[in-house]
Amino acid sequence: MRLINREPGRVVRAALIALPFVAVVLAYTIGSEIRLAANPADRLLPAPSTIGETALRLFTEPDPRSDRILLWHDTRASLLRLAAGVGIAALLATLFGLLIGLLPVMRATFAGFVAVISMVPPLAVLPILFIVFGLGETSKVVLIVIGILPFMIRDLSQRVLEIPRETIVKAETLGASSLVIALHVALPQLLPRLIQSVRLSLGPAWLFLIASEAISAETGLGYRIFLVRRFLAMDIILTYVLWITLLAFLTDIALRWLGRRLFPWAGAGL
Amino acid sequence: MSFVVAENIFQSYGPRPILERVNLEVEEGAFISIVGASGCGKSTFLRLLLAQEQPTRGEIRIAGSAPASEPGLDRGVVFQRYSVFPHLTVRQNIVAGESLRTSAGRFWGAARAAARARADETLARIGLEHVADQYPATLSGGMQQRLAIGQALAARPRILLLDEPFGALDPGTRLSMHDFLIELRRDIGMTVFMVTHDLEEGFKLGDRVIVFDKLRWDPTDPDAYGATITYDLDTRTEPGVSVASA
Repeated sequence: MRLINREPGRVVRAALIALPFVAVVLAYTIGSEIRLAANPADRLLPAPSTIGETALRLFTEPDPRSDRILLWHDTRASLLRLAAGVGIAALLATLFGLLIGLLPVMRATFAGFVAVISMVPPLAVLPILFIVFGLGETSKVVLIVIGILPFMIRDLSQRVLEIPRETIVKAETLGASSLVIALHVALPQLLPRLIQSVRLSLGPAWLFLIASEAISAETGLGYRIFLVRRFLAMDIILTYVLWITLLAFLTDIALRWLGRRLFPWAGAGL
Repeated sequence: MSFVVAENIFQSYGPRPILERVNLEVEEGAFISIVGASGCGKSTFLRLLLAQEQPTRGEIRIAGSAPASEPGLDRGVVFQRYSVFPHLTVRQNIVAGESLRTSAGRFWGAARAAARARADETLARIGLEHVADQYPATLSGGMQQRLAIGQALAARPRILLLDEPFGALDPGTRLSMHDFLIELRRDIGMTVFMVTHDLEEGFKLGDRVIVFDKLRWDPTDPDAYGATITYDLDTRTEPGVSVASA
């Protein structure tokens, strides 16, 4: 039988899914043990048990100085920034996606501009944002928006253009105005794609969030990682990295669930 | 004056002529089948009737009104695919036939209830009442096309344009769709234009069959000339007309 036709069974499939995860954990554990055997004070690859203890401490014990559990505090600050940035970008992208996708005048005005703007490396303008918006929350949120907005506008306007012309013409023959077509024909069909677009943008959004937190912040997941880097606190860094990964993973699953729940008609599109 | 008048229509895309000197007069309530080979301009002619495109020369008038610059309420349309809104349920699709023309695009309160009641009547007539709350994606191709026709008729257009409406259906479904359309037409007596590549279908459904073809043909440059109406056959008064003569 050809390889392209060989489907793994259920048990084999589950084992194959687990395989790379197990391999990474195993490789880490072995590496850690080798290093710790040579030097028990080694900080580079802390034992998994050490990471577990650190994680437990970070999640439950308050910081003696501020009396706050810093990890939750950092999580809250980062998620608020992320939600603000992604939320603003999603709103603007929906608006501009509809305008560019539906109105030839807007397409002529903005399509080329957005294509050029999307080539600007967002991190290169981060210093400008710090100068213009200060070192507070605004510049971090703006960086996320600038980082993902051009991509989202291009994605969503393309999705609007992909709505079959027949559907739009049909709405015209039913007497719909441009506004009604935008709100009742294009927008509802765009929303499931917006969720897709947000899911794809979350990766870059985290990148920009952590980058801006690393450079200037007083709290936040990225800030903490870069702070403890100075003490080579690999156990803390790894806990934070795993935590961020888990957060990103759960957000993605939640968005997919939300899309299927809200837009049952979109079917396999999600 | 006839209900639909197409006067000396020329249409070209860039230097390439598609249609030339097309003249057509149609009485109210007639069913016109438009047939012809692929690329003969029959779908182009339908888009001109729909006002989705403007002719290079000539004009099309419905009931003596000025030529339309874009598709509107007086022209209903059903395409081969994508003729219903995927994000609306079957009933909402029928209601959309009446509600999209409002400035808000939807009904509230009593108007909404009345529109839903009318939609349910329409659904009963087109045999879709049992799937009223489902989304179009769950329907068969034939049911989707019935829904598309029902939705177009809910808007009460002056003419109904069908662009290969049954082209994507299997032969059995196609036959039942013919019966459906014949019956529906008996009830409402709408003026219908139907583009089809199926001659038999054209003759079966149409009062008149219009054939598009090229009168002049340059073998070294097949695109040099456009097509026009080469046959205009009245199927109801000329029983001797057969498919072969077209």
